[in-house]
Amino acid sequence: MTDKSTISFTVNGESTTVDAFAMTRLLDVLREDLQLTGTKEGCGEGECGACTVIIDGQIVNSCLVPVAQTNGAVITTIEGVANEERLHDVQQAFIDHGGAQCGICTPGMVLAAVDLLKRNKQPTESDIRTALAGNLCRCTGYMKIFESVVRACQK
Amino acid sequence: MRGNVPGYQLVTPSSLAKALDVLADQPGVWKPFAGGTDLMVLLESGNLRHRNYINIWNLKELRQISVSNDYVVLGALTTYTDVQSNPILHQEFPMLCQAASETGGLAIQNRGTLGGNIVNASPAADSPPALLAYDAEIELTASTGSRWIPYHGFHTGYKQMQIRNDELLTNIRLPRKTNHCYHYYRKVGTRKAQAISKVCLAAVGQKKNNQIADLRIAFGSVAPIVIRCTKTEDALRGQQLDQSAIRLGRQSLTNEITPIDDIRSTATYRLRVATNLLADFLEKLQSH
Amino acid sequence: MTNHPIGKPFPRKEGRKKVTGQALYVDDLSFPDMLHGVTVRSPAARGKIKNISFGGDVPWDEFIVVTAKDIPGANHVALILDDQPYLADAVVNHPEEPVLLLAHENKYLLEEARRQVRIAIEPLPPIFSIDDSLNKKEIIWGEDNVFKKFLVDKGNVDEAWSQADFIVEGEYQTGAQEQLYIENNGAIAIAKPSEGVTVWGSMQCPYYVHKALVKLFALPEHQIRVIQTETGGGFGGKEEYPSLIAGHAALLAWKAGKPVKMIYDRAEDMVATTKRHPSRTHHKTGVTKAGKLVAMEIDFVIDGGAYCTLSPVVLSRGTIHAAGPYVCPNVRINSKAVATNCPPHGAFRGFGAPQSIFALERQMDKVAKVIGLTPEEFRRRNFIREGQTTATSQMVREPVDMNHLLDRAFELSDYHAKRERFVNKNQNGETSLRHGIGFASFMHGAGFTGSGEVYLQSVVGAEATADGMIHVLAASTEIGQGTNTIFSQIASEALGLDVDMIEIEQPDTNKVPNSGPTVASRTSMVVGKLVESAVLGLKQTLIGSGTLSDGYSQAEFKKGCSEYIAKFGPLKTSATYQPPPNVHWDDEKYQGDAYGAFAWAVYVAEVSFDELTYEARVENFVALQEVGRVINPVLAAGQIEGGVAQAIGFTLFENVVWKDGRMANNQMTNYIIPTPADIPPIKVFFEETPYAYGPGGAKGIGELPMDGAAPAILNAIENAIGVSFTCVPLMPELLMEKITSPAAPRHDA
Repeated sequence: MTDKSTISFTVNGESTTVDAFAMTRLLDVLREDLQLTGTKEGCGEGECGACTVIIDGQIVNSCLVPVAQTNGAVITTIEGVANEERLHDVQQAFIDHGGAQCGICTPGMVLAAVDLLKRNKQPTESDIRTALAGNLCRCTGYMKIFESVVRACQK
Repeated sequence: MRGNVPGYQLVTPSSLAKALDVLADQPGVWKPFAGGTDLMVLLESGNLRHRNYINIWNLKELRQISVSNDYVVLGALTTYTDVQSNPILHQEFPMLCQAASETGGLAIQNRGTLGGNIVNASPAADSPPALLAYDAEIELTASTGSRWIPYHGFHTGYKQMQIRNDELLTNIRLPRKTNHCYHYYRKVGTRKAQAISKVCLAAVGQKKNNQIADLRIAFGSVAPIVIRCTKTEDALRGQQLDQSAIRLGRQSLTNEITPIDDIRSTATYRLRVATNLLADFLEKLQSH
Repeated sequence: MTNHPIGKPFPRKEGRKKVTGQALYVDDLSFPDMLHGVTVRSPAARGKIKNISFGGDVPWDEFIVVTAKDIPGANHVALILDDQPYLADAVVNHPEEPVLLLAHENKYLLEEARRQVRIAIEPLPPIFSIDDSLNKKEIIWGEDNVFKKFLVDKGNVDEAWSQADFIVEGEYQTGAQEQLYIENNGAIAIAKPSEGVTVWGSMQCPYYVHKALVKLFALPEHQIRVIQTETGGGFGGKEEYPSLIAGHAALLAWKAGKPVKMIYDRAEDMVATTKRHPSRTHHKTGVTKAGKLVAMEIDFVIDGGAYCTLSPVVLSRGTIHAAGPYVCPNVRINSKAVATNCPPHGAFRGFGAPQSIFALERQMDKVAKVIGLTPEEFRRRNFIREGQTTATSQMVREPVDMNHLLDRAFELSDYHAKRERFVNKNQNGETSLRHGIGFASFMHGAGFTGSGEVYLQSVVGAEATADGMIHVLAASTEIGQGTNTIFSQIASEALGLDVDMIEIEQPDTNKVPNSGPTVASRTSMVVGKLVESAVLGLKQTLIGSGTLSDGYSQAEFKKGCSEYIAKFGPLKTSATYQPPPNVHWDDEKYQGDAYGAFAWAVYVAEVSFDELTYEARVENFVALQEVGRVINPVLAAGQIEGGVAQAIGFTLFENVVWKDGRMANNQMTNYIIPTPADIPPIKVFFEETPYAYGPGGAKGIGELPMDGAAPAILNAIENAIGVSFTCVPLMPELLMEKITSPAAPRHDA
């Protein structure tokens, strides 16, 4: 058995240090060490996107990132998307337009959409499908997720 | 999560030189760990046999893309997103960009690397057929020095490759000779994104007076390794682009590839579709 | 109070929690001293357990180990027949059957330990196909492998063949389908012999779990408590299965004296839990030259896997839907659910109907072709109307107009113009794509069959607080379909209060009465009606007590509650299910009024077929349905869109690869559901013919969208390439095989 390492990164604007085995999934560090349970495990194989977080400005599957690789990283989870006063336009749109049903894919889906809108303020439907292609939803059939993203852009 | 996380080492050397020293000091003990998009899946299913890894993710030396008159050189840690953001690659090596865009989804593309993809050596990998078709060369570096070898021939058998256990794949270079070429890339997967390919063709052709001047044909998922179909290339080189060339291509390909039945598809399907795609490439080359 | 919330797109009640990551699913919960639990499962499909050994370098004395011998009560999952053990004792009957349970505080060590348990099994010969089961190659269940059979016999089919000018036969098959809710099954249990058992979990039916735990632990009802946590999708996959995992977590907690959390990973959930029943249907149809149905003989068989679970009810629904929205004077349906040595199959949206409707709607197109009518003309001549009777002799008592639905669906999908355009496009052959368009017409009955709702005796409670807040107490779970929001709208409409005044209590068997399971498309239609009744009871109580008068304002209502409670104490009511009048069902003859209400639909699918790769793709989809009343248009459309997407998956993407009775492709990388890149635009339209006994006139719609896509898509593929397919999932490999075989007819040379 190896020793734990000390890893420091920023999560949702706060500096954080954890002691963890180097190969521990970032997903588990977030959920268990930091009690940030908004990021979900859907498959543990990088297929469903329920574990999506943003690291250094890019979306990644946190179930595929060993925590040792996040030293010095800037991480945003679903808990960091809304600011103190109000929800992000994407979050509000998901509420208003039926983008969330059971909600388990929603944190990952919201992050993917937030990331898209940062890169492209007026995405086409094709851009949206591509940006969200790694986030699976079993409830919605995706139609209202696309609509929610489109409406969020209109704000 | 079935992997025994405390049983693994992942050490982070501060430079490429230090990483190479570790590999040299204990050959075979350490393997490189880049974006994790393959290795972590194995860890999670309890199937990651090797225990000791060197984290190379942050080695900036391996993340550059540089352009000279003759080559585009891609660092081994070039991600699929990096590939798609590069205008020269779009211009001169479009199949590599297309392959990158069809690998996983965006979250995978942000972490998966070309180097990792090559040494993971899956016969179903998406970018390697394009690299083969573009006559890519790869650089293997040890603490004692580095060497360039053609990527064609690197894979010698299923998950077997021409790399020593003290070497790291550091760069990939693509000769800039794709002007006046017709590029054809088609990945046939189980769905439009996040799919392992059932058949993947990367082909480049040059014609002169409706004759095939030169061509490269590379396939994924039809053999134990990604392959250049050199026999079929030889059979077609110099041929007039007509229906009999297409028939000849189909025939030659049928004898050259060895697809199998597996959990995703069947040998007959793969063979049939591979020949259909080749025929389509030749027809499109003809009307290009 | 002039707002009428029913019919309005109120945002999801718990939406904010879900979009901010604050909604708590079972794996988000943690308790002090909590252990993790895992299940050790049979490696073989059938056999006698000879030995269990604990190997490796594992500190076994640190582990809690539970076997069948540790079960305090009865070792079976209480459901319909009590044949499924919680833990296999002497024999196993399917791969991955639970044999023992382990718990430890260290998750990683626990997995190491799981790997080191060896279960030695002396094999018995297993069977894996419907044919082997019917032919009794081995008897693996009961005396003849048959869990259940039904016979529907209307008129006289045997004599009717002589009236037919054409007799057409066809055989159709559907495969297993994995529900693939994105949240895996999970449960946390706290259990002490002196106190009882409490379980939190991802589930659809808290009272099913409750009933099962009562038997497992031989405890009185009040000592078992079941709490539904936020549930990340169910689709039927969490109807009966949670009883098993909850029991397992509780057995470990009982022995450990500590809380135990058991969460499946995706591979385990896919390989071990229930799937949609595979089916085989044989149709024999007699029609006159004029295109009228005179005889339908249908043989419908489903594969139930190793134990009975819900197979009789799946069979029932599939049987009753097998003859569709058509009128035929002579119908015989013989149906059976049979056993095989696969993990038991279970509930999945549609529950037998997608299987039998697939067969019927493909058969209708086939018959049309044989007799020289278009698919739509043949159906028009046989659509059922008000006053006519279904295959079970249920009289249709509403003004259903399938012809109108068909007309409208065609208009919305530009069906005729496209059909014509595609003929030209396909002949020109500029690309490797061929295009086609096809449809399916169907109905879906909501609520439990026949006397099922009477048997359930559902109860909903309502309580008002002193500040006028209304608490709705029901066991119906929110699993994404909108229960919380729909109930709030119904209560709000009934009382004339703002939707924000309504709170839906978390389903906790200590707090809510048994309003029945969250299944069978009954939540809005049946339970919603009870919600309406229960809250109206509050209003009546207030008015009756003189603390409120008719035509009250919201402020007056609050005041009334406050006064009432100060004077009389708690303000609580309940409503119990009353069957609508004139609903008569004969369980013996399998005849009569099967469902209180049917919703009616026509779905149109436009497909492309790639001749290079043999891939079929849905390009456009129109879903038109008559549903009584749309309570919330956003939620309702969301249900249809989601159901259609699952049905597209069922048709073209989702293939369970079986190897010796075990799902070999139990990873999301190899069991393929559509991504955002794969789903076509799905256009949803509603019509409303109010159902008198549904809240606001609503009928149930949750499962309906699962029925129409598969046959519509295969009908469209036949239109595109002139080749008929009779099974789903229809993978490119199968398409290629049939098209490239020398016998395949081609519509272009």
